[in-house]
Amino acid sequence: MDYTPRELMVVCAARQIRDGENVFVGMRLPLIAFALAKRTHAPNCVGLFEVGIVRDEPSKELLYTMGDAPNITGAAWATSTMNVMGLLASGEVHLGFIGGAEVDRYGNLNTSMIGDWKHPTVRLPGSGGGADIASLSHRLAMIMQHDRRRLRERVDFVTSPGYGYPDEEGPAGAAWRERVGLPRGGPAALITTLGVFSFDAENGEALLQSYHPGTTIEKVQEQTGWKLRLAEDCRETVPPSDDELKVIKEYDPEGVWTG
Amino acid sequence: MSKLTSMAEAIARFVPDGSSVALGLALEPLIPFAAGHEIIRQQRRNLTLIGPISDILFDQLIGAGCVEKIKAAWVGNVSEGLAHCYRRAAEQSIPRAIVIEEHSNFSIGLALLAARLGAPYIPTRSLLGSDIPRQNPTFRTQPSPLDGSPVLLVPAVHPDVTIIHVQRSDEEGNAHIWGNVGISEEAMLGARDVILVAEEIVPREVILSDPNRVLGPSFKVRAVVHEPWGAHPSAVQGYSNRDHQFYHEYHERTRTLEGFHAWLDEWVLQVPDRAAYVAKLGEERVRGLGVKEHRYAAPVDYGY
Repeated sequence: MDYTPRELMVVCAARQIRDGENVFVGMRLPLIAFALAKRTHAPNCVGLFEVGIVRDEPSKELLYTMGDAPNITGAAWATSTMNVMGLLASGEVHLGFIGGAEVDRYGNLNTSMIGDWKHPTVRLPGSGGGADIASLSHRLAMIMQHDRRRLRERVDFVTSPGYGYPDEEGPAGAAWRERVGLPRGGPAALITTLGVFSFDAENGEALLQSYHPGTTIEKVQEQTGWKLRLAEDCRETVPPSDDELKVIKEYDPEGVWTG
Repeated sequence: MSKLTSMAEAIARFVPDGSSVALGLALEPLIPFAAGHEIIRQQRRNLTLIGPISDILFDQLIGAGCVEKIKAAWVGNVSEGLAHCYRRAAEQSIPRAIVIEEHSNFSIGLALLAARLGAPYIPTRSLLGSDIPRQNPTFRTQPSPLDGSPVLLVPAVHPDVTIIHVQRSDEEGNAHIWGNVGISEEAMLGARDVILVAEEIVPREVILSDPNRVLGPSFKVRAVVHEPWGAHPSAVQGYSNRDHQFYHEYHERTRTLEGFHAWLDEWVLQVPDRAAYVAKLGEERVRGLGVKEHRYAAPVDYGY
């Protein structure tokens, strides 16, 4: 294997971006996925950053945070958070990326606290813009480390709503989002260190879409806190191409985020 | 009228115990660390901190015991991860218990926008189905009077004082800011008092030559503090880059309570003012963070 697990995750994230889309770019790996998509299959995608930046080309240098100076230089728009969030709220954002500490089988994400939320055992930083991106983008892609403590049957606190839960009024899924009043959207992909999940919007459940080279469905199941459902065409993840790896290495030569 | 004051005087006058303070409003850049450190040195207590994400400044104020309540979307260390003082306070009440009202970046912006507009609240469809509105008792979810669909009502948040780091200001508080500004505008216009901290003090004519680059009117501003490098380790476009290594060192050193106190002592309590802080950073580090290649905007013509 001549690529790192994070490089593979970046490639999987970039493949979620379609040409011409407006993409709410998060931190770390999605930053590089945006750069990769621009340079390969999606030259016309546009990146939106909640700090108040819109870019139609990646920054010239690797970013540690989305507010770093190179992300402002050459931006298409340097503005306010509310202007960018307003684009999200009014339905202009096709795809949003977020990361998290815990996710469940319905794609609900926790970045707030572990344990009883009135007396948490671990206080996590919180939503940032994650809950807004999950609420308001047309499609949501989540990126995280894969282990049983993180992929759980039910998260302790729903920071960022996915497909909710079944309740007395109906199933989880797109119907749940409509019931609670969310205007659109829902999880489209969960990209982990072991595989990629898609989601069944009818009942909100995650479907294993692919497992990364070097692992198996059984190994993915061992590290997943719910009984896996497989997508009809579940298969091994297509590894990165040489061209994809070249772009990633150009953007992150020292492997700060992808090493 | 000149509003130039020292940082010590600005904090003493406009940030009393118990006040609500908005700061770090541009998210990662332009964080007024010099003001935060002066608040710590003056031992302010029972503050409410208001902000979007906070990249280690809230963590420092919490660890120093200044904070009673947090109204923010995220408290951590953006390039490193979790915030250790925030964790100790929320999990173990060290150095004291804090009240946390959860927000998202959009909801805290809407809360400040409501204040700025004189509106009691602003409705949104964000966060419906999230547990955030259950955790934060100020939110209300109810059917829209227009069509009955659920909406979340985000009530106005009025900061007593908003502290904003800008690139340049005149003595009266007419100021230029550029780059991404986060929720600075909402927090400035929604606040009762505003403290501006400026990299440079320039003549009034410089600011009035480009009025589109002004965030808000100087009549909102109570104090102007000239504090070069006052935003370190955060970035100031056109002046300095983010000091990623400083955030890394803070993250590593503050894992333990003892480590945090040693850090605080070294970088805040034993440092009398920002000039001493910059001297402590050292010429080499300061030079390394400076602008390598200037990129000036094309001039615009305000003629008629």
